[in-house]
Amino acid sequence: MYVATKGGEQAIGAAHAWLAETRRGDAALPELSVAQIEEQLGLAVDRVMAEGSCHDRGLAALAVKQAKGDLIEAAFLLRAYRTTLPRFGATAPLDTGAMRIRRRISATYKDLPGGQVLGPTFDYTHRLLDFSLTAAGLPPEAASQAEPDTAPTPRVTELLAREGLMQREQPSEAEPGDLTREPLRFPADRAVRLQALARGDEGFLLGLGYSTQRGYGNAHPFVGEIRVGDVAVCFTPPELGFEIELGDIGVTECQMVNQFKGSRTEPPQFTRGYGLVFGHGERKAMAMALVDRGLRAAELGEEADAPAQQQEFVLYHCDNVEATGFVEHLKLPHYVDFQSDLENVRTMRESAMKAAAE
Amino acid sequence: MSPLLSARGLELRFGRIAALDGVDLDIWPGEVVAIVGESGSGKTTLLRVLSGLAAPDAGSVIFDGQDVLGMNEAARRHLMRTQWGFVHQNPRDGLRMGVSAGGNIGERLMATGARHYGNIRAAAADWLRRVEIDPERLDALPRTFSGGMQQRLQIARTLVTHPRLVFMDEPTGGLDVSVQARLLDLIRALVAELGLSVLLVTHDIAAARLLAHRILVMRHGQVVEQGLTDRVLDDPQHPYTQLLVTSVLAA
Amino acid sequence: MTSAAAKPSPPSGGRGLGEGGAQGAYAHDTGYNFAYLDESTKRMIRRAILKGVAIPGHQVPFGSREMPLPYGWGTGGIQVTASILGPSDVLKVIDQGADDTTNAVSIRAFFRRVAGVATTERTAEATVIQTRHRIPERQLTEGQILVYQVPMPEPLFRLEARVAETKRMHALADYGLMHVKLYEDIARHGHIATSYNYPVMVDGRYLMSPSPIPAFDNPKMDRMPALQLFGAGREKRIYAVPPYTAVRSLDFEDHPFRPIRAPHACALCGSRESYLDEVITDDRGGKIFVCSDTDYCTERQATKAAAE
Repeated sequence: MYVATKGGEQAIGAAHAWLAETRRGDAALPELSVAQIEEQLGLAVDRVMAEGSCHDRGLAALAVKQAKGDLIEAAFLLRAYRTTLPRFGATAPLDTGAMRIRRRISATYKDLPGGQVLGPTFDYTHRLLDFSLTAAGLPPEAASQAEPDTAPTPRVTELLAREGLMQREQPSEAEPGDLTREPLRFPADRAVRLQALARGDEGFLLGLGYSTQRGYGNAHPFVGEIRVGDVAVCFTPPELGFEIELGDIGVTECQMVNQFKGSRTEPPQFTRGYGLVFGHGERKAMAMALVDRGLRAAELGEEADAPAQQQEFVLYHCDNVEATGFVEHLKLPHYVDFQSDLENVRTMRESAMKAAAE
Repeated sequence: MSPLLSARGLELRFGRIAALDGVDLDIWPGEVVAIVGESGSGKTTLLRVLSGLAAPDAGSVIFDGQDVLGMNEAARRHLMRTQWGFVHQNPRDGLRMGVSAGGNIGERLMATGARHYGNIRAAAADWLRRVEIDPERLDALPRTFSGGMQQRLQIARTLVTHPRLVFMDEPTGGLDVSVQARLLDLIRALVAELGLSVLLVTHDIAAARLLAHRILVMRHGQVVEQGLTDRVLDDPQHPYTQLLVTSVLAA
Repeated sequence: MTSAAAKPSPPSGGRGLGEGGAQGAYAHDTGYNFAYLDESTKRMIRRAILKGVAIPGHQVPFGSREMPLPYGWGTGGIQVTASILGPSDVLKVIDQGADDTTNAVSIRAFFRRVAGVATTERTAEATVIQTRHRIPERQLTEGQILVYQVPMPEPLFRLEARVAETKRMHALADYGLMHVKLYEDIARHGHIATSYNYPVMVDGRYLMSPSPIPAFDNPKMDRMPALQLFGAGREKRIYAVPPYTAVRSLDFEDHPFRPIRAPHACALCGSRESYLDEVITDDRGGKIFVCSDTDYCTERQATKAAAE
């Protein structure tokens, strides 16, 4: 006689134990420390902070370790942890103009106040596997650095705006929406869109941003500026009543300059696509800036029929924690629905066969 | 008797251009009114304002005692799927291309509460016959139909609930001349049979002559001349109307 | 039902927990607030639930939180359950009708850990039942709440993908399009070809997705004495059907709604009324049918054994 197999709970326990075992790998090799991940896999840590929507390098490194290097899984761990954190208040907007710059480049001007600062970049490396990294060795010698330039580094887009060539964003005192507290509503304003993009999946945004360059959205972007460095986070505790500096966080900001032909109410000028992400994440910041500009098409009176210009399409699908969950939920049992469909298809086949026989 | 639809003092400006400049209009039950004029004369804007799709800067539109412009969207949509019908120039705008002919005709019936599949299907088949489409095509998709058939299907879909007022925006535009003639004959027969009121927007003077009881001639957002069809076309008073009529004769 | 895989060492099989009766309350993990969510989040969710109850079938947007289980795995249901659970509640969790499917086990373990509430596999003993894809066979009572996990709350999404547009359609009760879909089904297949997630009208006003329960379960929703709550975490919507509310499956007068079930008897308890799972028993086409509701089946088997 048939007896339904049982034992979900024990099986889950055993699967988790096995997972822990494979996470550790060969026990003969030294275990990776969280500090090592934080220091030596810094870009992975930065990506997890950005998509996990939580700036904490230590926790992000722990998540990377726990997730066995699966960065989307790590972002998910960080997000779930973030849910449990109490909220004390909102900080003042970051002033990226006062950033302590590690890297700053512009593609629109050869030279400019503050200069071009290459910083630690892959850009001009030859992508040749470096076999010397397979052997443990001494740390590399310190790179030679120019004297830090104490002169202020104005934003490139600000230089254009002063001439009236760049559309200024309208400052607003309105409380920006908060995606983590309120669901998306459409049409979504720019603050909410940027928030969604900042948390969005790098790969998805990269593909969408790329599509705007290839004719799906008719973009003509220039990198006005990319800057990477540390900015101060300032907060006014209600009990103090004055602003204090909580500390510095590392961010990457990208401002794309795009042409705009003008409308009935606005003269021709440049418009901005904006990207800002935690940590060092240039690819993500650039993709975000392209998609941000794409999503502005409708409000600027441009044709808005490409995927990257569709608010609902972009914002509902850019979150990799949501997307992963829903795609992977297909692994869950669907016996009941499948059974209904099975009976349904059998019925339809029967009537189709009958009809064919007649 | 009072007019079915009555508009007074309609004004609408797009920047410096006056699309509607003091337009008054009445449509009586069972009457077919044609609005003629060149493109840019304001006739399509007038149609959109009368049907509640666009709001004017000033003026009023009253349908059967109800203030169309003051209505909320729910009431307007209800009107649109019961007492009104809209026939678009491009059948793709008025049909669901991925839904069978029967489903297209049945939609308005179902939207107004019909819940008997057999009756809906019978009504749809009957309407295919009335617009001269083989009822065998009931389950075929509109994309397998010719342009003329698609337009007749759109008319069937619109008339199935017996609306009192039908707006038609260049219903014969984009069709071959021979197909146009057949469609105009069909529309004329259905309108007479059902006693419909129709507001027809067209730049085709011949279509207006065939269908309309009364003609309004529009230019620069104003009605420059109006009257019974034969009178306006045979004895035009306004120079612009004279030009319109002669250009047809010349063509 | 599940084992860790082909590796020989981890044990598999054997029932995890008791024999189905209520498990006493557990000590809750004090590292977390009771039932995981903080109290202000629960209050926000309860407000959404109240609004949903006040407007039966209407989808209420809410500030869905990231939960430690993935989206699509019941985060909406879990948040609803977390918000309504009290220390004296008895929780039952089912997936596909069964208490021992992996995801049901995992969610039950989650609430044991973060809320320490008593759990049960018996429908009759539960005060809150969280479910994925089924309604228990036993009639629910006024003292119970049924919480559905909902992957896609919008019943119109396959016909109209734009959320802003579907919202307008709901506001105007503009549901002709849904009927056109059913009409097309009959024209093409001779009957309505939707066998699960079959759309319903709630209280004659709102078109609602019943979540992917089999159409077989739809009639149970109608005038159910228990409160029915629906949580969609990823889509950030909550909706509700208050007790004794009319829930009607869409149909035509001459093509009435017909719940589908495999025309067999359960191989274990002999039921001809319950919803059945098909189980493949060998690779030569052998198969049997057994109740999908494991508690219902176990109870019937016990009654039968006692009678013999």
